[in-house]
Amino acid sequence: MRRYSVFAIAREALRYHTGWERAWKSPAPKAAYDAIIVGAGGHGLATAYYLGKNYGITNVAILEKGWLGGGNTGRNTTIIRSNYLQDSSAAIYEKSRSLYETLSQDLNYNVMFSPRGVMMLAQTHHEVRGYMRTAHANALQGVQTEFITPQRVKELCPILNIEGPRYPVLGALWQARGGTGRHDAVAWGYARACSDMGMDIIQQCEVTGVRSEGGKVVGVETTKGYIGTKKLGIVVAGHSGQVAEMAGFRLPVEAVALQALVSEPIKPCMDIVVMANTVHGYMSQSDKGEMVIGGGTDGFNNYTQRGSFHHIEETLRALIETFPIISRLKMLRQWGGIVDMTGDRSPIISKTPLGNCFINCGWGTGGFKAIPGSGWAMAELMAKGEPGPLAAEFDMWRFKEGRFIDESVAAGVAH
Amino acid sequence: MLLLECPYCGVKAEETELSPGYEAHLKRYGPGSTDEEFEAYMFARKNPKGVHFERWRHTYGCGKWFLAARCTATLEVFGTYPAQVGEPPAEIIEKIKARRPDWKGYK
Repeated sequence: MRRYSVFAIAREALRYHTGWERAWKSPAPKAAYDAIIVGAGGHGLATAYYLGKNYGITNVAILEKGWLGGGNTGRNTTIIRSNYLQDSSAAIYEKSRSLYETLSQDLNYNVMFSPRGVMMLAQTHHEVRGYMRTAHANALQGVQTEFITPQRVKELCPILNIEGPRYPVLGALWQARGGTGRHDAVAWGYARACSDMGMDIIQQCEVTGVRSEGGKVVGVETTKGYIGTKKLGIVVAGHSGQVAEMAGFRLPVEAVALQALVSEPIKPCMDIVVMANTVHGYMSQSDKGEMVIGGGTDGFNNYTQRGSFHHIEETLRALIETFPIISRLKMLRQWGGIVDMTGDRSPIISKTPLGNCFINCGWGTGGFKAIPGSGWAMAELMAKGEPGPLAAEFDMWRFKEGRFIDESVAAGVAH
Repeated sequence: MLLLECPYCGVKAEETELSPGYEAHLKRYGPGSTDEEFEAYMFARKNPKGVHFERWRHTYGCGKWFLAARCTATLEVFGTYPAQVGEPPAEIIEKIKARRPDWKGYK
């Protein structure tokens, strides 16, 4: 792989950009691999990348039924934060956030991580108490957050209406080192690095069955034929339930649609991410100038990658109340993604009833921010066969044993 | 937007008039059941991509709970029926089979 650098740009400029090579190869599948990852979204690619980088396992295939990063990795609102309440959540999301800080250098691919700050508004007294508690918990966990006053909120985001008639802003949880990233670039950067290590990224290759013998996976049936493997990682977000069913076990997840939308581009007007959970809406401004807006989930099982119109109305009503200047903005695009929700709204990074099959799912409405940390923890689980400290609490049996990681703040919206 | 006909009051209600209540025909477990049974009832809900049976409440109408047969992959509604049944009625099963010949039946 030729490294991207200022010298590469200069060299290519002198020869009319004819020398750029493809960022990743598209090989035909081999007969067997040491490990197969199902799902070439951010989490699957990150898992493969850290399998290679941290554990030297490079005879790996990443199978993708659609196109690379075309699921939730390409459909989220790109928010990166780690201000969670529970210790096990804060640990993995903070690991993830810290990996994002150097990800561009690590991958030699600009993922445009922008630590512009994430602000979660407190608009009820209950929320004030909740976020103060989170700020204290974060201080103990080593996650930098602070609870700030409405005046500071206004300074950080002048377009915010802090004196709304319904829910005036009473303060906010502020994580200055949170922010946004370029979601596609995260998938592309990991894919390029994986391909460079000799891994096979096989797109348009849907897994249609999981073959197992004596309680162990031996391979997967795909639309491109049977592929053998010594280890299997299932990292497919919304369709986790389907792939788990092929492998013969049921997951405690349900699939629902989450939607987002963007406005027409306007001049720079906010340089942070604002989440208003009481009124249900969150917004940031992309580098192109579009306002990136997150909506709510549908309340019913749904595999169609579109949303409901009334949710758009609810979200925009909430945001117009919070940011009156957007009231005449036109919305450009709207889309949906299928998120896999667990009972405690925390993810699953777990061994499964099949000895050499591992699952990473349940990131629900907040997977993008977790991509590097999730891949890091999943790679450790797949390489060693046992979870490391980051993944230990996120096993799938916690629902049977009552060890919930209750992040109810993550429910449905603002994740 | 989903449109479901309330089997009690006959109103064709749109999604905003209704509240979803997730999986229908659940067998309820409580004290004395095993951990596996309780986990399956509480958390390991059916999550099919295709035919699904759900509880809905006509919240901003007659207020009654009813059940619906729906496709989670296309949002097609096969039919709705009153909640006082242990499993889907034969006529609903027939409607589903007419539309989804490959469907393996209610499990």
